[in-house]
Formats: sequence, structure tokens, C-alpha cells
Amino acid sequence: MAGVGMTKVDRHYDKGFQELAHMAVKNLLNDVKECSPKAIVVGNMLSSSLYQQDSLAALVADAIGLRGKGGFKVEAACGSGGYAVATGYALVASGLYDQILVVGLEKMADYPTSSVTLALAQAADFEHEAIYGASFVALNALVMRLYMHRYEAKREDLALWPVRMHEYGSKNPYAQLRNRITVEDVLRSAVVADPIRLLDSAPVGDGAAAILLASEDVIRKITDTPIQVAGIGLGGDSLDLSSREDLLKPTSILTASEKAYKMANAEPRQIDIAEIHDAFTITALLSIEGMGFANFGEAWKLVREGRFAAGDRPSINLSGGLKARGHPVGATGVYQVAEVAMQLRGDFPGVKVSKAEIGVAMNTGGVVTLTSVIVLRR
Amino acid sequence: MRMSPARVWREKGARYRLEGGKCKKCYKVFYPPKTACPYCGNLDVEKVELPKRGKVLSFAIEHSVPEGYRHQAPIIVALIELENGVKVLSTLTDVKPEEVYIGMPVEATLRRIWEESDEGVIVYGIKFVPVEQ
Repeated sequence: MAGVGMTKVDRHYDKGFQELAHMAVKNLLNDVKECSPKAIVVGNMLSSSLYQQDSLAALVADAIGLRGKGGFKVEAACGSGGYAVATGYALVASGLYDQILVVGLEKMADYPTSSVTLALAQAADFEHEAIYGASFVALNALVMRLYMHRYEAKREDLALWPVRMHEYGSKNPYAQLRNRITVEDVLRSAVVADPIRLLDSAPVGDGAAAILLASEDVIRKITDTPIQVAGIGLGGDSLDLSSREDLLKPTSILTASEKAYKMANAEPRQIDIAEIHDAFTITALLSIEGMGFANFGEAWKLVREGRFAAGDRPSINLSGGLKARGHPVGATGVYQVAEVAMQLRGDFPGVKVSKAEIGVAMNTGGVVTLTSVIVLRR
Repeated sequence: MRMSPARVWREKGARYRLEGGKCKKCYKVFYPPKTACPYCGNLDVEKVELPKRGKVLSFAIEHSVPEGYRHQAPIIVALIELENGVKVLSTLTDVKPEEVYIGMPVEATLRRIWEESDEGVIVYGIKFVPVEQ
């Protein structure tokens, strides 16, 4: 990875897809000595359903003066960004191209919540779940209830995570939510789909993040601080929730993590820094357990004990996570990879750890349906 | 959202009769019906009608609903375990949200689940209602 650039996640009413991509890529250009990608991969979920816009690679190319470069959109619901990075990596690793631009790009804030809720529900099995009016939040909410029931976790125990995320978000200039909150704030916030409340959930926002991937042959011309993509793993689970054997066993995360760690020759206990997919508090807990940082049913206890905070190994979501940095769905995975790379380089502008050697970004779409895990090394 | 009559018609087994699938190799039964067994990957499966009674495994009370579902709010989304162990994700009806609990016995019923407008396609499907044990 040669360089990174991103925009603050926000309700960017004054900016469309092209302006957001332009901002992120301009920041990327300040991060590298040269930038001449041969193709563009775009991570995005909702452009078709909310904006009637396809051909996103051409839209991005036009926005950043790269007309003529080919490319395509990668879609894996809220996990699109991580899959876009994996795809860009494959194009370079295969030897097809020596430089690839990956852009995570999403706009959501222009539309009312009910429209966004319907579009996000497309991540689930539409004919058998969403058609009944089940929202994406509700599907996660019933997983959360099951988690609390089986592991005897209390509602207030699961309010600690968002409090910590807002604390980190308050220090991250790219974060959408920069206010601090308390456990009482979480427990009193509006009910979205009981037991999930507003402050258990990632906000709706717009954003763009860009990374430049380059082959080992050319990367020293581009940057003095390259970050190695050491391992990538992809994993999946059934589209529907009904046929899953156990909703608290996140098969896609287990599969993706195992492959990524093996390829990187790393183990969970060696990871210094992680950005994980906490669209909801329950997703954070399943991610921590699925990635091998906690035993099943114990992530909530470890969070309560203060584990995974800044300086711990791993330090998780110092960006503020999806909860506070924000979750422009198809762009999120690219933000995570960029943030982990900056942590390894030591120039992340928010809360940071010193001398991190190995980091990991974990991004998922659906109810942990399509997951990518990407291991980076300094 | 738009619906077409053909799209509704071809889903009639799962949505009107609670039809699931059964693997011809490992004999496991599952819902929704699929073209391959979700457990062993075998491509040879058949349709089977599922038992109509079960119990609530988990649920959510959905207040913020998708566009087009406002009049149904709050929607009680539930994962049901049928008497043969097969699980079905659906919604509960004819019950107050505060009366729902994990383990509650329920029974399948055919209900209207979505309508396009006063004149358009109406989609029916299986919801669940509380039942005496």
C-alpha cells in the first residue's frame, strides 16, 4: 500500500459522488510522490438503489482527471470496501497492473431514514426477510437479544462499547460523530429496533476514502513508507438467517480470519491494532470473538474489564469505529484499511498507538454475511 | 420498491404454504427453500411442507421501518424454531410487543405483508401468531 487519503465522514449535502471522490484522491496525492493508477476499483453499495447510478469507475475517473482508465464497482453490501481492497490487491499481485486505485465511495444522507432503511435491507434475503418489513437493524437486534439471553449480558454492559467509540471519535478529525456520550445517553436514546437503540448504531453518513496499491517493483518510487498487505481472507455465510446453525457463531468472520492470519503468518495475539466492523454493538462483539481476540460469549466481559482500549493488544477501533467515525456503508472497508496503515506508519491524526507492527482491518456486509479480513504489516 | 406478479407467483410455496427444502443426500430440512443444501452443498433437493407450530428463539421490536411499511410499525421480527427444529425468520402479529418472550409458542398464519397501492400487487406471506401450548 503506497498511500491513503480520505474525507471526513459527514452529511455532505453540498457534495455529490464526484466531489467526495475528488477530495479523497487529492488527500491521497499529498501522501505519495507519484500516482499513476492503471485501473480503478470502487467499493460502493447503494449507488444503484438510492441514486440510480452505475458505472462508478467511469464517474470516479472523470472526477479525478483519469478519464480513459477502466474499472468497476465491487459490491458486498456494507462489506464492499474491504472486498474492493481485496480486488485491487489481486489485480496488482497477479501482475496485471503495477498501480491500482481503490476508492470507497458512498452517499446516504440525502434521503429520509425510511428510504435508506429499505435500501440497506437489500443486504438481507429480500424475498424471505426484507419483504416482511424486517429491517437490517431488526435482524441485528434479534441477534443481540439472543447474545444477551445466552451469555447473560445486561443491556448496560453492551452500552460501554459506543461510549468508548465516541471517546475515540472525538479525537479523530475524520470522524462523523465527535461528541462524547455516557452509558445513560445510550440507554435513553431512541429505540430503533429493540434492543438496539440509536446510540448502539452507526450513523448515516457520506464519505470517500482512497488507497493506492502498487507492486513491489515500483512502490519505492511512490512512497518512502510502504505498508505491506500481508494477508487477505474472505468468508461468507448464508444470505438468510433462518438456515444458519447458530446466529452467534459468525462463520464468515472465522473463515476470513483464519485465511488472512495464515497468509500473513500471524496469530491473533500478535495483532497490535485492529479496525473492526461495529455497525452495531453486537457486531463488534461477534467480530472480536470471530477474529480470535476473545472466546465465544466473552467479548462483552473483556470490554467491561477495559480490554481492547488504546495501548492494549490489540487496540481496537481507535478511529471511533463505524459507531463514531461513521459508516458510509460501501466506503467503510477502505477507511479501515487506510486507518490501520496510518497507525502502522505512526501518522494517524487521532488516538494512536506507538510502534505498531501488525494491524488488521475487518469489514462485513449483511448480518456478518460477507466478510473480509486484511492483515497489514509495517 | 416495485413488485411484479410473476415474482410473487414463483415464491408461492414458501410464502403461502411454508414450504421448505429437504436434501436428498443428508436429509436435512431447511427454510427458505433453496436449490442447494445449505449444510452439505448437495444440488439435489426436494420441497417439503413444514410444521406450522413452533416457538420464538429471539425477536426484535422494529420501530424504524423501511419505506412502505409505516402502517405496520412497530413490526415484531422473530426467529421461530418449528416443531421439527427448522428455523424460520418472519414477523409476529395479533400480539402486543410487550407480551412477546423467548420460548413463546406460536403458529403460522397467512397474512398480507406488502401492498403496492390501492390497485397494485398485494404480497401475502406467512406470519406467526401466539397459540396456547
